[in-house]
Amino acid sequence: MNGIHDMGGMDGFGPIEREAEEPVFHEAWEGRVLALTRGCGAWGKWNIDRSRSGIEQMPPAEYLRASYYEKWLWRLEKLLVDAGMVTREEIERRYAETKQAAETP
Amino acid sequence: MSNHDHNHSHRHNAPLSDIALRVKALESLLTEKGLVDPAALDAIVETYEKKIGPRNGAKVVAKAWTDPDYKARLLKDVTTAIAELGYGGLQGEDMVVVENTPSVHNLVVCTLCSCYPLPVLGLPPVWYKSAPYRARAVRDPRGVLKEFGIALPAETEVRVWDSTAELRYLVLPERPPGSEGMSEEALAALVSRDAMIGTAIVMLEEKTTP
Repeated sequence: MNGIHDMGGMDGFGPIEREAEEPVFHEAWEGRVLALTRGCGAWGKWNIDRSRSGIEQMPPAEYLRASYYEKWLWRLEKLLVDAGMVTREEIERRYAETKQAAETP
Repeated sequence: MSNHDHNHSHRHNAPLSDIALRVKALESLLTEKGLVDPAALDAIVETYEKKIGPRNGAKVVAKAWTDPDYKARLLKDVTTAIAELGYGGLQGEDMVVVENTPSVHNLVVCTLCSCYPLPVLGLPPVWYKSAPYRARAVRDPRGVLKEFGIALPAETEVRVWDSTAELRYLVLPERPPGSEGMSEEALAALVSRDAMIGTAIVMLEEKTTP
């Protein structure tokens, strides 16, 4: 299946940007997303192929815009919902509550 | 930022971004459901920040340079050979070592995403996962190498290896001339992450001669 993820040979992305002394994670949440993905993966509800295919199902425009770990978060939510481990409503409700709590002085 | 205190109580001036809040919310939901254990998540983050990284691969390379029997084992069966040094696990099960020689230079990419030999190199750098590298490494590898400061003689063959979820590659760089007699440890210190991806050449420290 072709798709935006199949980037080999594409033109127009410009120079390769490199960062000296790059940290393993640029933000703490990135490490949490990786750890959550590994932790949830340990339940064996999906394999590496399902997991890879999860990222590849991201809408192409979003795929190009998203950072690496933003893609990972998108995938993790999808895998969890598809596996019936949480519902989309639970995710959105908890996010709304967390955001509201953070914004309350 | 390497701190993984995920409630960020110490960062008074920095409110969490929306995505950080979304991750925090998801973690609390999954914890509440008993699907993850925050202490186990801490351990996973710490493993990637402190324990698994390109120093592991550098030790493998240095051993291969100094011990011909080890090199033979490494080229034949990577998984078993890296296990001798205590490395292995997730995404290291199916690995191949490709050897640079005076006539062949190897370059590794994952055009589809970010497959990488985790046990020996840790997590890949952002550029490895970026669209420009993924797109161009297979189409114009010499141009990419030039961007990394490597100008290969025209007669050197460039082999590009596109990693997959099933197979990941580690480049065994050429041992630099003039390194005869150096200890395994000193040799390992010369081996950079990029040299094991194929975007750098291992060199002795530059002598500062005026």
